[in-house]
Amino acid sequence: MSHDAKHSAAHGAAHAHETHHPTGNQYLKIAIILTIITAIEVWAYYIPALVASPLFNPALIIMSALKFGIVVLFYMHIKFDHPLFRLLFTASLILALCTGTALMFLFKVF
Amino acid sequence: MASHAAAAPHTAGADAGHDDGHEHHHYTTTGLDNRKIAIWAFLGSECMLFASLISTYLIYKGKSLVGPFPHTEWVNEAGKRFEPILDIPVTSASTAVLLASSFAMVLALQAVQLKGKPIAATAGWWERIQRSSQFWLAATAFLGATFLGFQAYEFTSFVHEGLTIKTNLFGSTFFTLTGFHGAHVTVGVLWLMTLLWIDRTRGLGPKDELIVDICALYWHFVDVVWIVIFTLVYLIS
Repeated sequence: MSHDAKHSAAHGAAHAHETHHPTGNQYLKIAIILTIITAIEVWAYYIPALVASPLFNPALIIMSALKFGIVVLFYMHIKFDHPLFRLLFTASLILALCTGTALMFLFKVF
Repeated sequence: MASHAAAAPHTAGADAGHDDGHEHHHYTTTGLDNRKIAIWAFLGSECMLFASLISTYLIYKGKSLVGPFPHTEWVNEAGKRFEPILDIPVTSASTAVLLASSFAMVLALQAVQLKGKPIAATAGWWERIQRSSQFWLAATAFLGATFLGFQAYEFTSFVHEGLTIKTNLFGSTFFTLTGFHGAHVTVGVLWLMTLLWIDRTRGLGPKDELIVDICALYWHFVDVVWIVIFTLVYLIS
């Protein structure tokens, strides 16, 4: 395959993954959602009955993970970009989470 | 679109290459710009760094022998009373500021992408302001600097209340974790100011989309790290 043909094929493959990013108004809605989730987290922190609940910490972690996911998917465009970027980031993230969890097991946090 | 810039080698990098008579390809056999692959790989390595720092914080959480403590009161041998040291209202405000900066950053990237494209005569102020990359870059840098101001205030008040990096395990792990994050925000603010300076001097356009996109990815990553820190360090007691 010639250099041009290779370039063209690769270029085409990359374009095949290209989709439309959110608009400014959609970004605004995402920002509002992130703000609401943060407000719920902080509000919950000031309710002693909620803090005493065994579900408090898992709920906070889920809300944090939700915000993390929203920012990575929509603001970092990982939802719309090439799958290789998604693979690079998620593989590293999983490796990091596994390393952190292993460290905590090693030091008997769990 | 960001992916378009990453996939279109004949934009910024190739243009520069044609100017001096040589072709400098920034793309790889995948058709993706190697600079964009590099930033994602870098962010992956940053995940490892922050996962280690956060794990260390969690491992030593609650193991400090002396106060001040993050969520509980402490009375020292002399009978002096120390309140819980974390100031949740201040940190909530700084979190909101950093989230707002991420919103400003995506609009800065969008403004660069849309530069030169026609805008309807009937467009309102919101549509018009979305086209100003300088405004959104300046807003992002300002919000980032504001976050750093909050962090400087927090660190200073902690030191005045008797918590330093060598006071106890909480101080050591807290200042290391949030200090590293603050250093990343500082780099991001300097990067944004550089982009703003380029935009003011020669103007940023669609051909520069990738360099703004790379900065935006870094900035959003700094934001997501703070999202995790805010929950694990400040809210979970």
